Amino acid sequence: MGKTLAEKIIAAHAEHVEEVSAGDLVTVKTDVVMANDITAPIAIESFRAMGVSEVYNPDCVMLVPSHFAPNKDIKSAEQTRTLTLFAEQQALGHRFQVGRAGIEHVVLPERGLVLPGDLVVGGDSHTCTYGAVGALATGMGSTDIAFAMATGTTWLKVPETMKFVYYGERRPWVTGKDLILRTIGEISVDGALYRAMEFTGPAIHELPMSDRLTMANMVIEAGGKCGFLPYDEVTEAYVTPRATRPFTPYHADDDAIYCSVHEFDLAQMEPQVACPYSPDNVHPISQVRPEKVDQVFIGSCTNGRFEDLAIVADILERTGREFHPDVRVMIIPGSQAVYLDALRQGWLEQFTLAGAAVSVSTCGPCLGGHMGVLAGDEVCVSTSNRNFRGRMGHRDARVYLANPAIATASAILGRLAHPDEL
Amino acid sequence: MKLQGKVWKYGDNIDTDVIIPARYLVTTDPQALAAHCMEDIDAAFAGEVQPGDIIVGGTNFGCGSSREHAPISIKGAGVSCIIAASFARIFFRNAINIGLPILESPAAARDAEKGDTLSVDLAAGTITNERTGQTYQASPYPPVVLAIIHAGGLVPYARTVLGVQMKGRAW
Repeated sequence: MGKTLAEKIIAAHAEHVEEVSAGDLVTVKTDVVMANDITAPIAIESFRAMGVSEVYNPDCVMLVPSHFAPNKDIKSAEQTRTLTLFAEQQALGHRFQVGRAGIEHVVLPERGLVLPGDLVVGGDSHTCTYGAVGALATGMGSTDIAFAMATGTTWLKVPETMKFVYYGERRPWVTGKDLILRTIGEISVDGALYRAMEFTGPAIHELPMSDRLTMANMVIEAGGKCGFLPYDEVTEAYVTPRATRPFTPYHADDDAIYCSVHEFDLAQMEPQVACPYSPDNVHPISQVRPEKVDQVFIGSCTNGRFEDLAIVADILERTGREFHPDVRVMIIPGSQAVYLDALRQGWLEQFTLAGAAVSVSTCGPCLGGHMGVLAGDEVCVSTSNRNFRGRMGHRDARVYLANPAIATASAILGRLAHPDEL
Repeated sequence: MKLQGKVWKYGDNIDTDVIIPARYLVTTDPQALAAHCMEDIDAAFAGEVQPGDIIVGGTNFGCGSSREHAPISIKGAGVSCIIAASFARIFFRNAINIGLPILESPAAARDAEKGDTLSVDLAAGTITNERTGQTYQASPYPPVVLAIIHAGGLVPYARTVLGVQMKGRAW
């Protein structure tokens, strides 16, 4: 009987069994265990309370200050200090200093630290991002992370898998962000609860890695446990020069069993927007009222990569426009590597001249942490992944999730806009 | 273990951003977190919740971020148990791991109203609504989850499975 990607990767990491099927409960070995400045402090506390003195493998435990980094206040500084001291004490092999790293979900794939066929657990719900390179990666809470840090294992229920097939030619300005928003809009925020999502079809193979990372990133917004993009030439070209160790790519069997199959014809799809207050309140941009915006945020683990910033630079270059004077435009590269690449392209100067505030890499405004917190009556267009009440600041602030092209056009016109309007 | 408490009723897809907004995630202290629990969806909750009270939610309770601060803030507020039609995956694990009882029962969640008194028998997995007299059977836990519950959470469970000596630590 055929197997899904989740079944294959879990079987390869399972203790005591050769083969698994959806529904099985198994103990699995972890290749990477990750936590950030919000989740690591509790994980470290639980780790110590478990009576353990050493992590299972100092090269496999990665602690990344990202959410409130650079430290926004004394309390967040104390939290980051906990990570730093623990990393030193445990002699962790990989460090993620402010100025040299960035958002974990941008940095880990970029550095080849998460690889095809890996089993990764992370103290951050967007750990599912690494499914873009073919890893089974899932978010967990701090105490689960502590257990994995201690033992290099965790327990999992083998998920059922939903298959999503995308075909047809993408229309202009339609990106991986639009595909995943449309998908979440169709199945809702609990449509993939406890399940894996496999994204397949001819249109997927046309997507660059940045768009694939965006799609896998938002699997959790449908409640999914993990998601997978297929391993193909694009993945291979991205992963091979970066890989820090050998890896094993997996492919789903043709006769694998899926709990459901969903098809999307991209020829009919325009850019999508998730309206307040849920990532599944998704509408085509032409159907959304062109509301005036106060802030535009371009960045995050969803859309803070080089290719995302290239879209912003391209629109500014082509139109010769500046950002609207009434809009706060925050552009935050997802990692310092992205920052440096954008700097060398001249984009940071271009963005600044157009009126944007460009910052060091951080999660910052995505979670209402710092660097662009919203007031109660404010409207924001954001390239991030969540627009729940209070997510980016005041509970009454209204956040629209969109791709970088929509965000750029909105920043220029001062209202929700399609780039064709420029 | 038997619990009894008054119901705080919420809808579907209660996300971790409204359970405990990120602006308060600069501490891990349960009492400090409890002071802002549910703040963005129910400003009265933190001030009025009584020890033993029960939160009842709809589908996908606890969706969103992996922050363990969410169940910690609820437990810190004195809530004895959460009952929902379904739970988001990470929240479910987090609650079990920190020893906060949670039960999945779509019917009990649907029928409960704010202020109802519910009696919960955790060992039997039953929920009784004292207003209507109706009793509901919650979904059973998988074996590994039961083992973690019986140990009192993942930390004590880990101490047992890792065979670690107590080393003078009080539990």
